[in-house]
Amino acid sequence: MIAIADYGVGNLMSVSNMLKKAGADVRITNEPKCILDAEKILLPGVGHFDHGMKMLNASGLREAIDHYALELKRPVLGICLGAQILGNGSAEGDSPGLGWIDMTCHRFKSMPGIRIPHMGWNQITCKKTSPLFDYVQEDARFYFVHSYCMQCADSNDVLATTLHGVEFTSAVQRGNIFGTQFHPEKSLRHGLALIKAFVELQHA
Amino acid sequence: MNKTRVIPVLLLRGKGLVKTIKFNDAKYIGDPINSVRIFNEKEVDELVFLDITATPEGRGPDFNLLQDIAGEAFMPMSYGGGITTLDQIGRIFALGFEKVIVNTVAYRNSSLISEAVSRYGGQSIVGCLDVRRNFWGRCELYSDSGRRKESVSLTEHLSQMVECGVGEILVNSIDRDGTMSGYDIKLIHEVARSVSVPVIACGGAAGIKDFVAAVTEGSASAVAAGSLFVFVGPHRAVLINYPDRTELSECLP
Repeated sequence: MIAIADYGVGNLMSVSNMLKKAGADVRITNEPKCILDAEKILLPGVGHFDHGMKMLNASGLREAIDHYALELKRPVLGICLGAQILGNGSAEGDSPGLGWIDMTCHRFKSMPGIRIPHMGWNQITCKKTSPLFDYVQEDARFYFVHSYCMQCADSNDVLATTLHGVEFTSAVQRGNIFGTQFHPEKSLRHGLALIKAFVELQHA
Repeated sequence: MNKTRVIPVLLLRGKGLVKTIKFNDAKYIGDPINSVRIFNEKEVDELVFLDITATPEGRGPDFNLLQDIAGEAFMPMSYGGGITTLDQIGRIFALGFEKVIVNTVAYRNSSLISEAVSRYGGQSIVGCLDVRRNFWGRCELYSDSGRRKESVSLTEHLSQMVECGVGEILVNSIDRDGTMSGYDIKLIHEVARSVSVPVIACGGAAGIKDFVAAVTEGSASAVAAGSLFVFVGPHRAVLINYPDRTELSECLP
């Protein structure tokens, strides 16, 4: 069973729909026990960084997901804001993030011809091999909607990058913890390929 | 890969889809859920749903219908129509829409937009402008599905929406709606040069050459259309269609 953490922020239904399409047994939950019982968890998220962290800390799930990711070391996938909060914090606000990956988020610099938010379809360049990309084809395109982007302190955590005026980190991985800035649940067959790989991911 | 989004705009009236001409003469097109399934297969960039009778009927969004639509959609989607509260906006996101489009409420209660932006982020709120040119060719703004003329100027209203933090502007020409006579490029350019957020051109597209004009001459970031994606041929026979990806890649940046 894959648990989608319901902390009041995010497009739970679209994530759930895509996981089901990929063949997963899915539960949307706000209960710590259900999180701890899950084989994998998915951390969705849309919106402001501080609002997301405030909601997560108030949800009662914080302790369970920390334990899940750091002690049990089972797979976690964060999407969009759910990926950004894996880091230490963001220029968007003052709240500390989960601190699982050594990174912070900063706003895209405005430059001629580059509009912010970065909104639309774009390609990714893989920076290391990962089971998450097993089914992703070379011409794959993914849907992005964001004004802030992740910046890892350790380049080993960078899973993929994308160009929007500058090259930015569009996916991260540290061990069992994965994050995508883009929305696989809204990226048609390309997103389905990535979600399917996450569903089938084997872990120790 | 072309990055210009090509977006079908689907108009909801009751449980069905319609297409208008100059915001009138709504013609029934078909069932929204079935259309979403077809657009999934066609790998459409994004879909916009506008409930054109919500505000005129003084009601909010039809959440049951939106839930059914979202259940079939594996592409990004926006919804607009009848938005008056933060709670409605939250519910639409929870159902699986990425963006909420605001129009009439932007004239009545702009603080709702600021609140929505601070909670959900600017990237998820789209400001929509319905524009009609008057006898002298001056742009005038309309709310309430084109029924009510607003006194605020285009420039003033745009800067207010940007100040509220909207992440995108959808500019729709009422005069060109459903006419397939090409976009109002001057209007699109005027909007795009006044804001730094992405601008979606809408109203009048008949084909890919109009998309190209909106982007190259109008500086639009994305192009939207209605008739083009639901009608074929001179007799406007209903058929859901979407341009070939290769063709789009060759023509659009």
